Amino acid sequence: MSLFFAILFYVATTVFVVGLAAKIAIFARTPAPLSIPTTPAPTTTGGVVLRMFREVAFFESLFKGNLWIWMFAAAFHFGLALVLVRHLRYFTEPVWSWVEFAQPFGIYAGFAMAAGLGGLWARRFLVERIRYISTPSDHLMLALLLLIAATGLGMKFVVHTDIVAVKTFSLGLMRFDIQPLPEHPGLYIHLACVALLMIIFPFSKLLHAPGVFFSPSRNQTDNPREARHLSSWAAKLEGKN
Amino acid sequence: MAGPDSKPVITAPAYRDYPTIPALQPGATENVKSYVANEKIQEALGFPGKLADNWQETHDKAISHFGTLLSKYRSLKVYMDSCVHCGACTDKCHYFLGSGDPKNMPVARQDLMRSVYRRYFTPAGKLFPSLVGARDLTQEVLDEWYTYYYQCSECRRCSVFCPYGIDTAEITMAGREILDHVGYGQKYTNEIIGKVHRVGNNLGLPGPALIDTLSGLEEDVKEETGCDVRYPVDEQGAEVLLVTPSADFFAEPHIESTIGYGKVFHAAGISWTFSSKASEAGNFGMFIGNYDQLRKIALRVREAALELGVKRIVVGECGHAWRVAYAFWNTLTGIGAGGKDPFAIELQKQLDPRYKQPTHICELTWDLIQQGRLKFDKSANDHRIITFHDSCNVARASRMGDYPGGQFDIPRHIIRAVANNFVDMAPETIHERTFCCGGGGGILSDDLMDIRVKGALPRMEALQRVVDDHGVNFMALICAICKAQFTKVVPYYGFKSSMIGGVHQLVSTAIQLGNEQ
Repeated sequence: MSLFFAILFYVATTVFVVGLAAKIAIFARTPAPLSIPTTPAPTTTGGVVLRMFREVAFFESLFKGNLWIWMFAAAFHFGLALVLVRHLRYFTEPVWSWVEFAQPFGIYAGFAMAAGLGGLWARRFLVERIRYISTPSDHLMLALLLLIAATGLGMKFVVHTDIVAVKTFSLGLMRFDIQPLPEHPGLYIHLACVALLMIIFPFSKLLHAPGVFFSPSRNQTDNPREARHLSSWAAKLEGKN
Repeated sequence: MAGPDSKPVITAPAYRDYPTIPALQPGATENVKSYVANEKIQEALGFPGKLADNWQETHDKAISHFGTLLSKYRSLKVYMDSCVHCGACTDKCHYFLGSGDPKNMPVARQDLMRSVYRRYFTPAGKLFPSLVGARDLTQEVLDEWYTYYYQCSECRRCSVFCPYGIDTAEITMAGREILDHVGYGQKYTNEIIGKVHRVGNNLGLPGPALIDTLSGLEEDVKEETGCDVRYPVDEQGAEVLLVTPSADFFAEPHIESTIGYGKVFHAAGISWTFSSKASEAGNFGMFIGNYDQLRKIALRVREAALELGVKRIVVGECGHAWRVAYAFWNTLTGIGAGGKDPFAIELQKQLDPRYKQPTHICELTWDLIQQGRLKFDKSANDHRIITFHDSCNVARASRMGDYPGGQFDIPRHIIRAVANNFVDMAPETIHERTFCCGGGGGILSDDLMDIRVKGALPRMEALQRVVDDHGVNFMALICAICKAQFTKVVPYYGFKSSMIGGVHQLVSTAIQLGNEQ
């Protein structure tokens, strides 16, 4: 089983990194021929960085759009962020001090994450408009994330696993030295789901994470009268006047 | 489909007591479909005249052009991949709010195309189509595109609220571009683009008729004011070239604003001219997402500016035209500043760098007011209680003045400078959250009257409130399409068409031309 999970994680990491890098490269290489920021928009690069920061850190547009979704989305994403920070302890030796500091918050964050996911999923059943736009994959994605959260919380609060051995396993993975993984069904499900999530990331709507940084309506500077915005293929047309 | 003979009676939807979200009514507007362009109209723009007889050929052409657009437009590529179906946009579209048709929810409108994107361009959609909502491109899907991409006014309201800034306008434009490319164009838009190329403007007003109309206007204004206000055409060496939507030359209430533009230039002593070549600020090339048309139409303005030797280019009251001018002209034609290539420099060395190029007529008027170069008798507007409708392309796709949001303040500053009674509509219906008039983006066609009336609902509700609470009797605008749409549609909601007018109509009423006693 240890070998199976070791291979699974090597595959998952490769797919995740290569797939995401390829997708980001496509986003970056595709030209944006016209200036289309949603206005009012910042007129300076610094302003754009700030706008993007507000968008990524506070979900500013979503806040304007729908408070319920914002609340659930914020609980899930910020929860997930803290949980990820908490999990860094499995990959660092000695554990970084700020990761250590974050440990107790990470536990609460796990509940926030699960609650946020529950809220987002409930909307897919309860709100007619969102039921209409939901595809099976939207439900499965939430199920997968919720299963990860539930098995994680289960190992913390219900049936413990040997986390020292888990850490030995993960540190071993990083050195290509496969160590035994504790036998624990909850852990197996947890890890398998995480690997699956990493594998589908570059092929799914999870691309919203890199996508937001490349969204022209959010990342462009509002200065079209002052600077000439010309993409490579549009510039070629000028030769043909 | 309801043909011209079985036309249903169009009635306005009832006001909602609270801004509630309508229950879904699947298929509510599936039969509201604008006339398809004939072969002559299509071919004049270089598009195939009609759909191929063989579906496979149409299918392949559509998918291949979709692929081309995905590689040319980052917006389309990123927006196809990034949506998570969160639903924040679902209650933001005026066409959905007015019709309840779920395919008018922005995300659902996008998914008409995204489902095809997934099927042909993503591994998940190729392997597990039903899991991820992917579907083959069929004739039915293409018909659905035609119907619902011509029920979108490209107003960008949804993009304000999307956590990734996904702009349905970009997807609608791509949809129309693919449809045109397979010979399935819309009569209204494509016929008008043909007129711009043939005659010089959207309304098909030839040069001599234009000169005639404007000299008639000079006489009228002379009679009314006793002043020799001029409305010149093709005047070599004028300082300003004014490019305005062609409706401004004779449509009501547009013409009232045109009178106002002339009075402003007259009072400030600025020499100016219209151009018979660029007698149209509108650019419907944007509506159909066709870069070549967008560029070709815009280049007329560059040519006119070079020929006439003007120092400044000013744009009249028009929403999408201002978007094209403000955001795209520098790219397309070099009208702007900061150009480093010979094409841009040729024009930019001629234009006066002390002014923003192009300048919105409201920016020009407000500058003059601030400099004290215009005098007003505000009481002349006392019979009016005025509100202001932010036009979507001005509000969410452009700017005026030096700071973000200037496009909201400057028109309101002007109104307050020329009139005593001004009141804004509810905050959730103005500025960046403004509702489209219901007729923008290539929808201003009689065969789409049903959706136009429905789409006006949120704006009409907001207007009704200020009418009831403050006695508003004038809604000022800076968009030719909004003016045309509202004068046609407000009667369905029990208002008089005469309450619609331009900001420069108010300026025109109050301005002092220097010969007053």
